[in-house]
Order: sequence, then C-alpha cells, then structure tokens
Amino acid sequence: MQRFIRTLAGAPLTAKLGLAIIALYLFTAVFAPLLAPYGERAIVGAQYLGPGPDHWLGTDNLGRDMLSRVIFGARNTVFIALIATMLAFLIGVVMGFTAAVSRGLVDQILSRVVDGIMSIPILIFGLLLLTVFGTSIPVLITVIAVLESTRVYRLARAVGMNIVVMDYVEAAYLRGEGTWWIMRHEILPNALSPLIAEFGLRFCFVFLFISALSFLGLGIQPPTADWGSMVRANASLISFGDPTPLIPAAAIAVLTVAVNFVVDWFLYNVSGLQE
Amino acid sequence: MTPTRTNEGDGGDLLQMRDLRVEGRVEETWSEIVKGVDLDLRRRELLGLIGESGAGKSTIGLAAMGHVRAGCRIAGGSIVFDGVELRGMDNATRRSLLGVRIAYVAQSAAAAFNPAHTIGSQVIEAAVQHDVMSPAAARKRAVALYRQLRLPAPETFGRRYPHQVSGGQLQRAMLAMAMVCGPDMIVFDEPTTALDVTTQFEVLLAMKQAIKAENMAGLYITHDLAVVAQLADRVMVLRYGETVEEGETERILDAPQADYTRQLLNVRKALKSDRHPDEGDHVLRLDGITASYGRDGPRVLEDVSLSVPRGTTAAIVGESGSGKSTLARAATGLLPPLGGRIELAGEPLRHRLRQRTLEQLRRLQMIYQMPDVSINPAQRIEVVIGRPLTLYFGMTGRARRERVEQLLQQVELPPDYADRRPSELSGGQKQRIGIARALAAEPDVIICDEVTSALDQVVAQGILSLLLRLQDETGISYVFITHDLATVRAIADTVAVMYQGRIVESGVADEVLRDPQTDYAKLLLSSVPEMKIGWLEEVEQARKARHVGVEAMTESAGD
Repeated sequence: MQRFIRTLAGAPLTAKLGLAIIALYLFTAVFAPLLAPYGERAIVGAQYLGPGPDHWLGTDNLGRDMLSRVIFGARNTVFIALIATMLAFLIGVVMGFTAAVSRGLVDQILSRVVDGIMSIPILIFGLLLLTVFGTSIPVLITVIAVLESTRVYRLARAVGMNIVVMDYVEAAYLRGEGTWWIMRHEILPNALSPLIAEFGLRFCFVFLFISALSFLGLGIQPPTADWGSMVRANASLISFGDPTPLIPAAAIAVLTVAVNFVVDWFLYNVSGLQE
Repeated sequence: MTPTRTNEGDGGDLLQMRDLRVEGRVEETWSEIVKGVDLDLRRRELLGLIGESGAGKSTIGLAAMGHVRAGCRIAGGSIVFDGVELRGMDNATRRSLLGVRIAYVAQSAAAAFNPAHTIGSQVIEAAVQHDVMSPAAARKRAVALYRQLRLPAPETFGRRYPHQVSGGQLQRAMLAMAMVCGPDMIVFDEPTTALDVTTQFEVLLAMKQAIKAENMAGLYITHDLAVVAQLADRVMVLRYGETVEEGETERILDAPQADYTRQLLNVRKALKSDRHPDEGDHVLRLDGITASYGRDGPRVLEDVSLSVPRGTTAAIVGESGSGKSTLARAATGLLPPLGGRIELAGEPLRHRLRQRTLEQLRRLQMIYQMPDVSINPAQRIEVVIGRPLTLYFGMTGRARRERVEQLLQQVELPPDYADRRPSELSGGQKQRIGIARALAAEPDVIICDEVTSALDQVVAQGILSLLLRLQDETGISYVFITHDLATVRAIADTVAVMYQGRIVESGVADEVLRDPQTDYAKLLLSSVPEMKIGWLEEVEQARKARHVGVEAMTESAGD
C-alpha cells in the first residue's frame, strides 16, 4: 500500500490529472441520484432553456434538466462500458490463453474465426447485430463484448505465447498441472501488466463505441440518459450557436483523454521505457 | 586533431587508468560499479581481466575505450590512452580512435554482424570509413587476416554472409574485423564464452597466433581462469569492482596471494566421494530412444540407451546440438519419442507426458538451466515450493508452510525466504529454490539440465556440493546434462558422451575421462582448457602429430 502511494506521488502531472478525472467520474456515477438536482427523466421546464440559476446547463429538447441528465449519463454510459469491457476481457483472455496453450488446430480455428470477425468494420457489424437482436441493454453489452473481445484475444494470445515457452510453464506441465491451472496461475499473473494497460484503452473504445451507437439510435434507448444520445437529441441546436450538445460530447472526450493519460503512464512504467 | 599511431619504443604504457570510478543508476540512486581501479597496459601486452558477473570487468573494458553503457557514468579517475586522456574527449576525436587504434571484440559474433551484408564488407568497413586504406587494400589485408586466423578459403571467405559460416568462424571473422586497421589495442569481451569447447580451442589458438603476429596489446575479459592462462601475459583478478590481485600469469597460477584467487583456482576440483553403486538396481532406464522434432524431421536422437543406477549421478555430456537436452525432453515426455522404451524404477513409462500418472510424474523431476525463467516471477517462494506438496501430497496450510521451511533449510536458505518473491533472490539462490521445488516431490530421479552453466563459478561450486550432499542424505539419483567436463569430473559416477544424436562413448566417469576410447571423446576432452601455461600449444602439437581436430572430425562424420 505504501509503495502504491509512493508510486502515485511520483506520477507525472498528466497521470495525476487523469486519475483525478476518473475518480470524479466514478464518484458522479455512483452518487448520481444524490448529486443531480432533478430526476433523470423529469420534465422540469420549457424546452431548450439557456443556462440559468434554476438549470445551470439549461434544458434539453423535452425540457429536462441538462445537468441532471449529464450526471445520470455518467452512471449509465460509464457502467455499461465498464461491464462490456470486463466481459470482453473475460472472453478474450480465456480464448487467447487457450489458443496460446493449445496451439495447433485449436489456435488455428480460434484465430481464423477472430480474423473473420475483425475483417468486418466493428460499427457496421455492431449495428447489424443490434438490428437483428434488438436494443436492450443486455444485448447491447453482449454484442459489444463479443466484438471487442476479438481485439483482447489477439493481445492475450500474443502475450500468452511468450509466456508458455518459459521454463516455469514447462515445469508446471511436468508437474502434472491441468490447462486451467496453468492459465490461471502461471500465465495470467505474468500477463497482467499489458492486459491492464489494454483494459484502459479498450474501455475508451467501448465507451466511444456505445456513444456512437447511441448517437445512431441503436445504443442506450431513451428516456435513459446517455451522453451519446444526448448529443444526438440536441444536435440541431449547434446550428443556432447553442453549445448545449457539446456538453455531453465534452464529457465523453474528457474521460477518454483522462483514461489515456493514465494508461500512458502505466505503460511507461511497465514497459521499462524510462531507461 | 587526429591522433596518429606512434610506434616508437616498446616499453611504456599504452593504456593507463588511475582510480577509475564508474557508477550505475538503479532507479534514482547511483551506486559504484567500479570502485577506484588502477590499470596499466604495456605495448604488445595482453592483460587478462578475470572475475565473476558483477565484478565490473566488462565495464572496465568499455571504459578503456572511453565508453560506458547506457545508465552508467564515469564518476572519477583518468583513462589515458597513449598519452591522450579519453575522459571528456569530444566524440569526433574519439571516433577517430575507435576502430582504428582501439578495437573491440564482443561475446556474440552473431549479434555483432549484420546478417544482410557480407562478412567481407563488414570486416573492411572500419578501415574504409576511417580512410585508413583504400577498399582494395583493405580487402587484401582482410584476406591476409583470414589466412592468419585459419579461416577456410580465405580468398573467398569475405563473400559469404554471416549465416553461411559456423559460430567459431564468425567469431574469428569478428577478430579480423577488429584487427583490420592494425589497432594498438583490442578489448576482448568474453570472445569464446558462447562457443563449444572444441570450437573454443580453435578460436583461442587462432587468436593467440594472430595477436602475436600483429604485435597488438589487449584487454582480455573472461570469467574463465583456464582460458586466460593460455593467452595473457598478466592477470588482474576483480571482484565487486575492486582489484583483488594483479600479477604475471604464472605467478597468479602458481602462487596466488588472495583467498578469492585461490577459490577461483580450486573451482570444480573433484567433490564426490568414491561410491560403489549397486549395478543391478537401475532407477531410470532408456532403451533405444529415437526422437525428432516433427514426425518427418531429421532424427535428433538415434537409438540412445542409457541407464542410471540408483543413488548415483549419470552425466550426459556433449556440445550444443548433440541432442543431450532433447534426451531430457524425451525422457520427461515433453517430446514423445518415436521409438524406444523408458523405464522408471522398473515400471515402463508412457511416451506422452499426458498419459503418465501423477505418481509417475512425481518420481521424475527436473531442474533447469536458467533459474530466472524456470521459476514463475509472479509467485511467492512458498507457492513455488509448496505447489508440488499440495499437488502430490495434498498438503495445505500450516503443514505445507512447515515443510516449505524445512526444504528451504535443506537447500541452505533461511526459512523466511518463503515470503519472498523470486526477484528478491540472486541467481544462485533461485537455483536453490529450483532444487527445493524438485526435492519437494520426493522424486527418484532429478534431471539437471545445465544447472550450473548460468551461474558464476564459485556459486556453481556451492550448487554442486549441495546436490551431492542431498544425494548422500536422500539417496536420490541425478541425470546431469552438461557441456562442461569440469562439472562431470566433479560429480559424475557414470558418463555418456553424446555427439550428433548418439551416445558415442559411455562408462564409469573416471575411466572415460582418464582414457577415452573414441575419436570424438578424445577431441572433446583434450579441448577443455587446463589451468597451466602452454597447454594450448601442447595440445596443438599432440593433435598435429595424430591428425585429429575439429576439421578432421567433421570430415569423418561426412555430411
């Protein structure tokens, strides 16, 4: 713990800033009902009100409080992205390690299937799947997780390949360990650094992906507050010089940048680039 | 200003270091690697720098060229080469010295040559770049050097690419590269360490003759006192960045002053006591093993038979590519043999690892060459040693912890090391953990694959004595795979000499080592450097008389 604090204190300004922003987002997401002045779906005033003392960020196209919706949006978008990313990692890492450990035919089959999925642009494929299976939140999470897991698979397989050739993995085989034990105890702990760094980056992509899907109308459905759909709902305002749609857009951008700051710092630490 | 070559006078120091201090950075703190070393190198003199890893010998070698590794800095002292201070010299001036008057020979020639260019173009590069001679003259000089270094077909050797020549030839080509400009001084950094002994012999011989013929001075860095005894006029023994002892080679060998030097000289004298194994009781028996990588690949093992009497050490010795490690992989089932029979304590073993029972796996354990990669860096020592206890004996919790501590004491480590991580241990300590892990399974046989070759000599000595002590205590048997005949001499009861996938000679270790019968065993045994001056020439004379040698050997092998 002390070492952790010391490492944190030695972090560059960008990483500290990034961590602070992420902490702020998480705090907002968790305590949204307490922080938001109005309800998520409550219509509290006229449409398109400008910023004022009652509504700090004005109201949206249906007269809902923008600030409250941005706060609730943090909860929905961030948590859905987080769950989807974790699911993507679960699928991708297990498959990737399996391929690395088994090699041969299993690796060939898994890798070619992944190649196939990756050859289709992710947004188009995502739209297609969501059109077919509908747009509920569980479906959304599953579709995103499956699509993103292909990227995780590639990393996990590559990292795993480098680890399975180590003598300690061979020693585990000689000892009589099963495949699952080897993946869990010999490979995973040594693959953690690149995977954690990738988790940060992947989270950004998932987050942007969800926002893009929502913007296109196939993501998180109204009236649930979500930054992507909020941009779309208020997009027309931009032509009147009203910056309202930029607020949820900025929320997306700031979080993405913050996560990238932290990931950069983390990668710098684990890759030995400081030498 | 371009320093020109000054050749007048044969006395006088070519290189003079005074109170050299080099520091290395670990995270934020600088610590001294070289702690005030004085060094004098006369013209035409070869000075051997000897020490274990971390002694600072390579750092001194680089400092002799005014260079330090990344993350290091020269903190104090002076380095004067032929009257010119190298410290603080501007890069352009230093460049005009390096390659022309000071040259460097690295450990790995394979890494030093660019595989995309011919050897010849790289050998003459320095001479042409520095305008020392015209390309035509440089090529002519290179051919003369190839001849001097006894490279095959010297006229056309330069047209080959690095992958088209053997490791020993490439090492000699690197020497030609260093010598092409006729430097005053060459820094040799372990130039033969990565080579097989028979190859090392040829390289050493060629190197010695070429250095003498060219009247060069040199710093010869190595950890092997026997090698340095063949070449160096003077020896400097280093430890922890300080000079332990310095003197004429003969004096160091005959009358070492410092304890540490004596320790180095005594390394791997016979350790084992005389034993009379019960010939009837064979714990591991391999019969007619044939193996290849891939079903249609070339045979890596051809009809190999070996048996290990219980409670003894069977050494398998051979050079790289002889198939000795493959034999271990075949015995353990990692590389299922194509044919043959494996018997462990009278019980036949299935060829595939996955088809063997847990009990069979328990009885055959393995220790690896490199403790850094054979122990999972993410696990605590308690888990590393404790896992076999849980797996084989179902031990958990308190009982397991106690057994782990017991095992740690058995390998002469403090019990509280159980809470450490591998990165907090030294190489020798990690190897002890590897031994404890194998021991935890209470096996019948442990296969030791080059277990000491990644360690310093004094540390290796400790590991070998530990293995022997454990054998005396537990009656365990070892299959000891090694390329190092000194190790065989120190601990083996029986020995099998492998060459090109076959066992060419086997028998009781002392007899085979004393009086080898086959050509290859003779060649191999006579190539191991002995710690006496003039050994190199003696062996060469003997070989000339009987016409044996690497060339003769490969001709007779005929492929």
